[in-house]
Amino acid sequence: MMSVAQPAAPKTPVARILSTGALGVAVAASLLAVIDGESLELYLIDTPSLALAVGAAIVLLAAYRFARVGRVYACLGLGAGSYALAFSLIALITPHTGDAGAGFWAYVVVAWAMAWLCVEEMAALEPRDPMLRRLVSLAIPLTFGIWLLILWQVLVVGFAVPRVLLPPPSEVWLRLLASPEVLWKDFQQTFLKGVLIGYAIGCASGFLIAILVDRVPFLRRGLLPIGNLVSALPIIGVAPIMVMWFGFDWPSKAAVVIIMTFFPMLVNTVTGLAAADRIQHDLMHTYAADHRQTLVKMRLPMAMPFIFNALKINSTLALIGAIVAEFFGTPIVGMGFRISTEVGRMNIDMVWASIAVAALAGSLFYGLVALVERVVTFWHPSVRG
Amino acid sequence: MTSETLSPPVRSPFAGLMSGTAGPVLVVVAALLAVWYLAAVMLNTPFQRDIYKRGGLEDVSLVQLMTDTLAQDRPVLPSPHQVAVEIWETTAEKKITSKRSLVYHSSITLSSTLLGFLMGTTLGILLAIGIVHSRVLDKSLMPWVIASQTIPILAIAPMIIVVLNAIGVSGLLPKALISTYLSFFPVTVGMVKGLRSPEIIQLDLMKTYSASASQTLWKLRLPSAAPYLFASMKVGVAASLVGAIVGELPTGAVAGLGARLLAGSYYGQTVQIWSALIVAAILAAGLVSLIGLGERIVLKRMGMAR
Repeated sequence: MMSVAQPAAPKTPVARILSTGALGVAVAASLLAVIDGESLELYLIDTPSLALAVGAAIVLLAAYRFARVGRVYACLGLGAGSYALAFSLIALITPHTGDAGAGFWAYVVVAWAMAWLCVEEMAALEPRDPMLRRLVSLAIPLTFGIWLLILWQVLVVGFAVPRVLLPPPSEVWLRLLASPEVLWKDFQQTFLKGVLIGYAIGCASGFLIAILVDRVPFLRRGLLPIGNLVSALPIIGVAPIMVMWFGFDWPSKAAVVIIMTFFPMLVNTVTGLAAADRIQHDLMHTYAADHRQTLVKMRLPMAMPFIFNALKINSTLALIGAIVAEFFGTPIVGMGFRISTEVGRMNIDMVWASIAVAALAGSLFYGLVALVERVVTFWHPSVRG
Repeated sequence: MTSETLSPPVRSPFAGLMSGTAGPVLVVVAALLAVWYLAAVMLNTPFQRDIYKRGGLEDVSLVQLMTDTLAQDRPVLPSPHQVAVEIWETTAEKKITSKRSLVYHSSITLSSTLLGFLMGTTLGILLAIGIVHSRVLDKSLMPWVIASQTIPILAIAPMIIVVLNAIGVSGLLPKALISTYLSFFPVTVGMVKGLRSPEIIQLDLMKTYSASASQTLWKLRLPSAAPYLFASMKVGVAASLVGAIVGELPTGAVAGLGARLLAGSYYGQTVQIWSALIVAAILAAGLVSLIGLGERIVLKRMGMAR
């Protein structure tokens, strides 16, 4: 509770301008029409729930601007106020697609400004408790993400963007809930079969070849420049060839993933195995360690940051490789297949649902690798902080 | 280790040639070519034997079999010289404006690559400047910049193109947007690191000069970020080429290297696929080494060359 007692710090110029501007806009916009349709015109007085949210926003902004409010209170108040305003705006516009008036957009701007101020105060908070600190560093990007979704929803509904171009996130969410078994089958086909098998084989073979290459300096000098070059090449182009060789089902996707993940792993492992210093080699030598002992006890642990770097790069590459390979031909299942066919059938909400699944799978995969990295390379300066 | 260095040096005639990188690289490339030829013979043999059987030809000599497998029309794996001949025929011997000229297709892919790369680099630099100067952006945007790359954005490529087509934007821009998305990330991450690379003592010096934030940016931060910029541009340009090629796949584009790949896979023209692939690789290597060249010249003039 130490942090609650923190006195209000002087505001930055941006915060001053933003809060004054938002306050002015919020007050002035009460004269404008919120809903401005052909047959319907609604003002703030006609929409009690929005009027309540706007009133709260004005009070909060005024308090923030003119009174000395503690940081934590400012954060919580502005955050809650901005979400209340945003959700009442969404609730108001949903039945009146495309009829948003000038007042509506003014309140959207006010809500966004409040969220920005909230994030600004949050970023300035420096809680001593590590737990709270982690919470804050998680809350800030989360706020940004949620606001991205809110703006998407508001803009698409407010401007009545055609569904075939861009569906609002709420519809994507409904589609996601409505067709879990289709999405699960796609996920199984693309991720559990193509991506994971290809990733495992590609990374493992890259690692093993790297250890072999490392024994022969001649090969190391010859392969490393080539490996570096290949890492920059558009390897994804082999996808049509692999589909021809291995057929439409998942083995061809796994083959593309193997080729895409092999070279980053090879190059990074070879570089990592060279990371140990002369003096460390000498120490192992004084212990009379043989090649295998030096490798297992010193050089491989030293190479782990590099290996995990490759594993992280590959986690993204693998998913991309498998999905793009499906553009060249699949059985009637798979994320890439779903995306390319539903685009053709103008079911854009299904496309976004597939993309959401892919994004979630990709982020979780990456996060998992990063988590394992923290455990394995606990000694590295970047992990110790 | 030590015992090796202590033993008397054995002077082999190849010692000088093989101790650098050029020799080993050449040997490895030669080995790869040999493997390619071997694989071509082995992969193409079953089909060739089929032809012989249908033609009623008995005991064909091994040499005959090998030459035949390396000269098939639609081989499973074309041999290197077939690909080389195809590339030569479609670049040097065709008019540049011809639909069958690889130069024509490359130029289309290259133009959207470069446009996307330019937009991505600009966006990346601007984002990095914003992130370095605003704590709000640093804390809220940076995690999303990183998360954006764990999302397989290439999956959206078909949709971006179809949607933009529907609202009347077609041609170069949709493909370039995909390249932009792929190339902004390395530039942002590299530039944030680069703009933060000046040491405290240098920033303090700027403060004693009472330099404004923009003066510090132009005179200290941007110059010291130059090496980082070039390193990340190399990654970015390779990524934007991938973006442009993939951007050509889903819409059944009629021109571009990606379209050549797609057409080749529809009609089983393996030689065409491989030649498009090799040309794409040459293009990528060329772009990366061009940026490397720029890097060397700029850093030398700035006195930062290593």
